[in-house]
Order: sequence, then C-alpha cells, then structure tokens
Amino acid sequence: MKREMVFNLALLALILGVALWAQASDEPFLITLTTRAVIFAIAGVGLNFALGFGGLVSFGHAAFFGLGGYVMGVLAYHAQTYTPLFEAPLLIQGTKSMPVIWLVSILLSSLLALAIGALSLRTSGVYFIMITLAFAQMLYYFAISWAAYGGEDGLSIYVRNGFPGLNTMDPLQFFALCFALLLIVLLLVSLAARSAFGLALGAARQNEARVQAVGQTPYRLYLVAFVISGAITGLAGALFADLNRFVSPVMFSWQTSGEIMVFVILGGVGRIFGPVAGAVLFILLEHLLGGLSAYWHIYLGAILLGVVLFARGGLYGLIAGREVAHD
Amino acid sequence: MTEPILDIRGVTKRFGALAASDDISLDLRPGEIHALIGPNGAGKSTLIQQIAGGLAPDSGRVLFDGRDVTALSTAARAQLGMGRTFQISALAMDYTVLQNAVLGALGARGGVFRFFRPVMRDAALLARARAALDEVGLAEFEAMRTSELSHGQRRQLEVAVALTLAPRIFLMDEPMAGLGSEGSQRLTGILDRLRRRAPILLVEHDMDAVFALADRISVLVYGQIIATGSVAEIRSDAEVRRAYLGEEDEA
Amino acid sequence: MSLILLVEQTLNGLQFGVMLFLMAAGLTLVFGVMGLINLAHGSLYMIGAFAAAAMAQASGSFLLALAASLVCAAFAGVLIEVLVIRRLYDRDHLDQVLATFALILIFSEGTRWLFGSFPLFLDKPEWLSGTVILPFGIEYSLYRLAIILVGLAVAAGLFWMIARTRVGIRIRAGENDREMIAALGVNISRLYTFVFALGAALAGFAGALVGTIQSVQVGMGEPVLILAFVVIVIGGIGSIKGAFIGALLVGLTETLGRFLLPEAFALVFDPATARSVGASLASMSIYILMAGVLIFRPKGLFGSA
Repeated sequence: MKREMVFNLALLALILGVALWAQASDEPFLITLTTRAVIFAIAGVGLNFALGFGGLVSFGHAAFFGLGGYVMGVLAYHAQTYTPLFEAPLLIQGTKSMPVIWLVSILLSSLLALAIGALSLRTSGVYFIMITLAFAQMLYYFAISWAAYGGEDGLSIYVRNGFPGLNTMDPLQFFALCFALLLIVLLLVSLAARSAFGLALGAARQNEARVQAVGQTPYRLYLVAFVISGAITGLAGALFADLNRFVSPVMFSWQTSGEIMVFVILGGVGRIFGPVAGAVLFILLEHLLGGLSAYWHIYLGAILLGVVLFARGGLYGLIAGREVAHD
Repeated sequence: MTEPILDIRGVTKRFGALAASDDISLDLRPGEIHALIGPNGAGKSTLIQQIAGGLAPDSGRVLFDGRDVTALSTAARAQLGMGRTFQISALAMDYTVLQNAVLGALGARGGVFRFFRPVMRDAALLARARAALDEVGLAEFEAMRTSELSHGQRRQLEVAVALTLAPRIFLMDEPMAGLGSEGSQRLTGILDRLRRRAPILLVEHDMDAVFALADRISVLVYGQIIATGSVAEIRSDAEVRRAYLGEEDEA
Repeated sequence: MSLILLVEQTLNGLQFGVMLFLMAAGLTLVFGVMGLINLAHGSLYMIGAFAAAAMAQASGSFLLALAASLVCAAFAGVLIEVLVIRRLYDRDHLDQVLATFALILIFSEGTRWLFGSFPLFLDKPEWLSGTVILPFGIEYSLYRLAIILVGLAVAAGLFWMIARTRVGIRIRAGENDREMIAALGVNISRLYTFVFALGAALAGFAGALVGTIQSVQVGMGEPVLILAFVVIVIGGIGSIKGAFIGALLVGLTETLGRFLLPEAFALVFDPATARSVGASLASMSIYILMAGVLIFRPKGLFGSA
C-alpha cells in the first residue's frame, strides 16, 4: 500500500516534470502531448469510478466524453459567431469562459448519465455492456446528422476558451489547468473511495446480496456511481475539445469508448491512480510505436492482449503488487 | 403467550405445477429459536427468501412487527430489522473482516451517500462493528482479508454482520452447513447466547444443533408444514418420524 | 410515396436483415455455448470480404470468391480460437471485451498493412446482374434477391443443424449445461473450436456478399458488428431464433426508418428540416428500438439466461 503511494507520487512528478522540461527546452508539442495524457487520465479516472469501483462495465463512456466535447464546441461556436443558443423561452448566449463550460459539461453529463444509467442498470452483464454501447452509438449518429453543428465534419473553434487570469493559448498554462483539474478529481475520487459510499459500492460489486441484506439497494449505489463517473468523463471531454479546438462525432464513437477502457486496463482496474498510469503509457506507446510504424495499432493490440491475458492487474498490478489497497 | 414478531400467514408459492410453499403459516416469538427442518427440496430456502424479500409469494402475507411487509424489498426489510445469514456465505470477500462488519453497521445507521469522510475512521461505526466481531469471537481477525478466513469463520462473520444491524429477528439459512463438529459446536454456543438479543428463525440440517437450540421446531415437507411443536413433541410425532426423521436416524 | 417503392424498401430491409442474421448467428452461438462476447467478429466479416475480393481478382470467379471467404474466415476463426479466445472462456466479460478489442486493432491494422487503405471492389457476377420482375410488376435487383434467398437458405440450414444433427444436440446441451456435455464424453474443446469456426465462416460469407454491394475496406466490420450486437441483445443473447427475429426487425427498422421517417416529418416540417430530423431519428431508431425492448424485457425477446 505504501509502495503504491510512492508510485502514485512518482507518476504525478513524472507528468509535471516532462511538461516543465518541455517548456525549458522549448518543445511545445511535448507539452501538448503531456496535456493529452492528463486529459485522457481524467476520462479514465471517470470510467474507473464505475468500472473499477462499481464493477459496471460501461462500453459507452464516449457518450459523456463526446457530450463534454460538444458542450464546449456548441457554447464556443455561438460565442464566436455572436449568435444566441436559444432565444425562447429565455435568451441563452454562447460563452468562451472555461469555468462555465466545465460546469455545464459536468451538469449535462451527469444528467445524461442519470438517464442512461437509470435505463441500463435494469440490465446486467453483457446486456449492460451492449446497452451502454448502444446509447453512445445513438449519440454518435445524432451528432453525425446534426448539420447545424457541422455534422460529420465537426466544429472548429478558432481561439481556445479563456480562464480568468491565464493565457490559455500558452501550452504550459493550459497544461497547468488540466493538471490541477486532474489533481482535484483524484483527490475527490480517493475521498469517495474511502467514504461510506465507496465501502458500500465496493461491497455491491463483490456481493449484491450482502448489500441488500444490510439494508442498501445496489441499484441506487450503481446509479450514483455511474452519474459521478459520467460527470468526470464529461469534464475530460470538454478539456479534450478545448485542447484540439475541435470537436467531431469521433468523440462519440465506440473506438473512443474502447480507448478510455484501455487507459483503465493498462494502468490497473480499481486503482485510483491506475488510469493515470494507463493514459501516460498509452500516449507513450502511441508516440514511440507511432514513430516506429504507421501501423502501430498492431503493436498496441498485441500489448493490450498481453496485458489482458497475462498481467491482469495492469501496470499497478506489476509495480504495486497484487493486493488492492483498502482503508 | 407473547405476540409474535414475525407472522407468516398462508404463504403460497408455485413454480409451475410444483407448490414450493403450500399455504404455510408460521410465527416467531420474542426470545425463542424456532427451527425449520425438512428434507432437501422441501422448500425451506424458498420460504426464507419470501420472508427476507428475495421472492414474492403468490398469495399470503408476511407480517413483521405487526406490519405487512409482503410488498417490501429485501433492503427495506433489512432496514426494518431482519438480520439474515446466507446458506452460501455472502460476504465482500476482498474486504477485511472489519470492513464487512462496518458495512453492516453502516447499513443499520443509514447515510450511505456520504462521499468525503473516511468511513473506516468513523468511531461510532467501528465501535459497533468491533462489538459484533467480539461477540462471535472474531475480534482478533479483524484485519484479515475475508477470503482468507476459514469456512467456519466466514459463518461467524455472517452472524456478526447480521448482529451489527441490531436486528429485531435473525433469519439464518443453514448456518452450520459445511462445518465440522467443532465449528458447529462453537456456532451453536454463539446462537444460544444470541436468542436473548433477538429471536432466530433457524433453517438447519444439523439435527444435533437443532435439538440443542430450538425452543420450537416446524417440519416442512413438500412445501407444507406437517408439524410444529417442542423438541420432545417433534421427536415423538409419528408423521414426522415417518416423513423425515425416521429415514435420517437410520441412515 | 409509391407502393412500389415501399415494397422495394421492404425487400432491402429484408436483405439487410438476412445479412445481419449471418453475423448475429455466430455471435449468439458463441455467447450461448461458450459464454464469450466477441468483438472481433466484425474482423472475421472483414476477412471474408477481403479474401473474396482477392480471390475474385485472381480467379475471376464469383463462386470461388465466396468459397474463399468461407475458408479464410473459418481458418482465421480457428486460429484465434486456439491462440487467444480459448483462454478467455473462464474470464469475466471485461477481459473478453478488451482482448477481442485488441484483436480488432491487430486485424484492422494487419489488413491495412496487407491491402492498403484504399477500398477494394468486388463485382457481382454477370449471371446475377440486372433485375427481375416480381409479381405486381415490381422490378428488383436480382443480386439482392439472391442474397435474401441464400441467406434464408443458410438460416434454414442452421436451424436444421441445431435441431436435428448430433453436433446441434451437443450445441444445445452446451448452452444448458457445460458439465453435462463433458460428462457425455464430448470433446468440449473441439466442439468450441467448431462452433467458433462456424460462426466465423458465416460472418466471412456475409462480408463477401455485402462486399459486393458496398466496398471492401478496413473498418467495414465494426458498424455491422455493433448492429449484430443490437440484434442479439434484442433477440435475447444465445437464442438463434431470437437472432433471426431480431435481425429482421433491425434490418427492416433501419431501412424503412431511413425511407419513411423523412417522409413522415415532411408532413409537419419544411423539407430541409424534415430531411435532417428524419435522417437523424432514422439512424438512431434501432438503438431506440433496442433500449425499448430492454426496458420491457431486460433479457431480450427470447432470452432466458
């Protein structure tokens, strides 16, 4: 458990160190790459809350990632074209303010997760996997045919959204924002994991009958976990869109859901910092193997296959030992 | 005669042509251990599930503390004070012994939707959990992972978790199953003390334990209660001997 | 909207449904017998299409191309079953999803590496080109009609095999109780490999047949795979009958939705809005159908497990 803590801190130090080193040696691309890893980590931490802690294998988290992206895209698009979002029943304008976009992303992702979760959690097992996938596909096709916001081509935003007191176009400052958000999310998730809710949720994952016998309803625990999970992944989606200054239906695609899952698995399911390690590893592989061969997905596939078949605990399982920490 | 806490009235459950529970009436009174015995396939587990809430009866009612709970969920019945142990241990196997007990204490206190305070530092919950572990003799194993417990210790932990709920009654589904003679003697001792806390409806195959513990015994055969009475009455009941005990005694 | 157009679209829906059934049959068998959720089933579909395209190019024969699709997909199926899938039967669904997701990455990129990113084209044979005149003077593509008939024949053969043959009895036994077939002395691992290869061959065959209508390219398998999942979830996972009904439902909903919804909205909205709202609703319609089925029957229409 102590070893895991050391590894957690080393991981954060590594991310921060790479960004600072890139700044010092004037490599803005490397900062952007690191920022990508941080954002993917947030998305993965979100999924891990449902998947790792609640045992809910959602194959549709692209729904929240994409929704966050489109919240950013749509709000910023209306702000940059000076057109209102709605006129009736009340006037709603677009915005270029990050904090507002984040809040709206979190709020709408929570609502979407509440709706998807309320329906999907009536099923379990393979059906749950498939119905979450189906909801994400629904949004994917909706985004493709929604011509007002670019349809298949997506939406470009010319200038990155703003944050009071910061120049967000500066790669390091935007990185710092994302990194701070990752830290906050990690802090909240670690608290939740050790809380009364975390204890009950983990127990429901292990044995539903036990949780019912002590007077709790697994469905409610799962639903709350799913909403929290969706909200976090939605926030990551808004950040990702802001990083690229572009949002497209690809963010809703099933490959995106698969990739978010890959972050969680590479790092280690159910470990609070697992997805952070997974996202860093993913970016590293993408960068290294991508440089090696245009067909780097073959290697990624082989590595993923190896992890699933032979190293189920992911990176954390290898480094921090098999025991999953509680307390 | 004292009022029963648990009162099962005319409960019937059919699976196709098979009546797993056929117009069963049965009650549980304060301070007693009421054992439910019967051969395999008699419908004991089906009945326990209908009492605990996992299965809805086709007809009949389950009254708990004077209140009709037939339509309530398992969780709601647990909150009203039904403390249950399972035939096959239902514990969070990756958790420590203490965590399982705290889970029970948390269930009893409510307020599970708290996200920021570490639950394993909650003094009130810990005290309650430790008291229950102490009562079943598991205090020294509190830091052990549940999956590493012996079979008998898991049985004791099940009882401890039920205890943390401060239940009004205990429903125990074959707590002695799979225990050696030493283990079942230890558990028999624990259950004997427990009846002062709350009455126990005990489904059990282990006749030594049943005869040692039960104040009353009901015999379930093919979904029907064929006899209810004291240990002596049941031992001497001709129908019971024929239907059930006779075969087992000679075996 | 003319009646003839409606009949034609219904036939198209039927054709699509029959193709989906070929995909879904393998998926649902593999899940029913081995308890495995296989995302790489779409890759087998793609392999069948590529094998057919390559064979057609080399030999010029459509029938040889179809044979190649069956053989190559079945071979790929046996290969991954023996090397990878076999290790996943006892794992949880999460591991199965991830490992087969990894297989998709490997197969897709491998195919891209072999054949490049440009789509290949597979021509329908001379003797299946043109149209036929159906009763009431409806003109319809001969090739699509042939697909419907071949698909129905395959479906009938599959039902027959499962209901009547010894392999079918073992498959049904395997769905009910794995220990039992082991007790009967059936070589389980050979049965599993056979079932997997059968599903793979059907998927590859579907890929070749559809590849003739559409283009043959990397990534062609996954959209169909997801639809096939929708099909088996609607039908009830593990049920061949459910897969058949589900496939026809999804095929018809998708095709008729695309055709009817924009027309229906045109009654209320202006043409441009009607087209866009209708189109987006049409592409969402099967997922709405699936969500609706699961809300009322969480185990699908014919699901039991």
